[in-house]
Amino acid sequence: MPWMMPNILRNLFGTPATRKYPFESHQYWAGSRGRLQIDLAKCVFCGICEKICPSRAITKYGHKDDPNVTIHYNPFACIYCARCAEKCPSCAIYILEGHAVPADRKITYGREDVPFSEEEIP
Amino acid sequence: MSKITFPFGPQHPVLPEAIQLSLTCEDEKVVEVLPVIGYMHRGIEKAAERNPYVNNVFLCERICGICSFIHALSYCQLMEELMQVEVPPRARYLRVVWSELSRMHSHLLWLGLLADSFGFESLFMQCWRARETVLDALEMTTGQRVVQSSCVIGGVRRDINADQARQLREMLAGVKAQIDAVLPVFQKDYTIKARTVGKGVLPKDQAWKLGAVGPTLRASGWAWDCRSLGYAAYGELGFEPVVENDGDSYARTMVRARELVQSYELVLRALDALPEGPLAAKIKGVPPKGEAIMRTEQPRGELFEYARGNGTPRLERLKIRTPTFANIPALLAMLPGCEIADVPVIVLSIDPCIACLER
Ligand code: SF4
Ligand code: SF4
Repeated sequence: MPWMMPNILRNLFGTPATRKYPFESHQYWAGSRGRLQIDLAKCVFCGICEKICPSRAITKYGHKDDPNVTIHYNPFACIYCARCAEKCPSCAIYILEGHAVPADRKITYGREDVPFSEEEIP
Repeated sequence: MSKITFPFGPQHPVLPEAIQLSLTCEDEKVVEVLPVIGYMHRGIEKAAERNPYVNNVFLCERICGICSFIHALSYCQLMEELMQVEVPPRARYLRVVWSELSRMHSHLLWLGLLADSFGFESLFMQCWRARETVLDALEMTTGQRVVQSSCVIGGVRRDINADQARQLREMLAGVKAQIDAVLPVFQKDYTIKARTVGKGVLPKDQAWKLGAVGPTLRASGWAWDCRSLGYAAYGELGFEPVVENDGDSYARTMVRARELVQSYELVLRALDALPEGPLAAKIKGVPPKGEAIMRTEQPRGELFEYARGNGTPRLERLKIRTPTFANIPALLAMLPGCEIADVPVIVLSIDPCIACLER
């Protein structure tokens, strides 16, 4: 098979194509969409993110003037499209670069003085 | 000789997804085939009627993980047609870049799976190694490897800057070198020819009559490719369909092999000609009362979409006819008369995507 020979030789004497995972993790690119974070100090509870989220991963409970207003974020439903981050008027939502690690809890955020709760998976 | 009927699938080593073919055989020869579908139905068309029309981009993108960008693109173009939106030129060129990158990774995936279907494991890995770089290129330019979410109604969400374009060219040069190393094996290798030449022949007239699409149709001698319609920026990039005449599994492999190189050239040409300007047009209002259709070319063939708007943010009807659905009758015509051992290769030769087929 002469047409395979160069490739076979390259593979025999070249470096491996695979990484030594988990010692060496995949290098992500700038701008890749990983985990989503909400910075509550900036949030004005306008509810835009809830309205535009295509997978209904964000739910706001209560009116924005209500002191007990909360935002519930369900990472299991989130598709990491970053629309919420794009449209948030106060830049309270942002997407971290890197690869999203699997989600393990749903998160409810409240006003600063209301502690947020994390709903663990049983 | 007595006949025996047995199931091929829904779980089978060569089938990445669940479909069943009920094969009736006489000795080792297949005489009749019946498809059993419905294992992967998700009701996406119905779900689309309940979503605001803007959100359907992300829903349509999830019909299939391999041609996700082109699914989103088709839906966006359909809505642009319905709402009479003019897309800025830069967005049209970027859409071509991402469509062709998707086609490259889809065809590389398929070439690997074909090699795997007759046990050529090392060739499978070589193809997928090249594909990995294409996925990296998609991640670099759109932010995600598989479901890019970079197409929106009116344009695109991400830009490719000069630095990224330079890096993309470098990456693609590496991919091209790897493609050049594996394609001669598909073209000339004795084992591959023995398993594909003359297997699953679809004559030219039958291909047309059965409504085959994409590489399956083009391998039977029809120069029929929706990119010739000139949607996005294809009209300005000088596109010619790839055609083969034999209609067998080998011809279908060759169509995809040549399309791979063609896609590489199209990406480079689109990057060279990338015009300056805005990325997306502003969308106002909701889809008006009326209907629209859209045809685009996916790696597997022609995707047909129909939408009916009723003046509300929700569509009254969205119909998606995927290429694999159109290729199933052709597959049923290819199988009778073949050996059982050739069934996996022939089934793969139409590049079946069951998630697309059943939506
Ligand atoms: S869009 Fe931003 S500011 Fe408005 S509720 Fe969501 S996170 Fe808060
Ligand atoms: S990233 Fe997308 S899916 Fe996730 S919460 Fe934001 S808008 Fe919703």
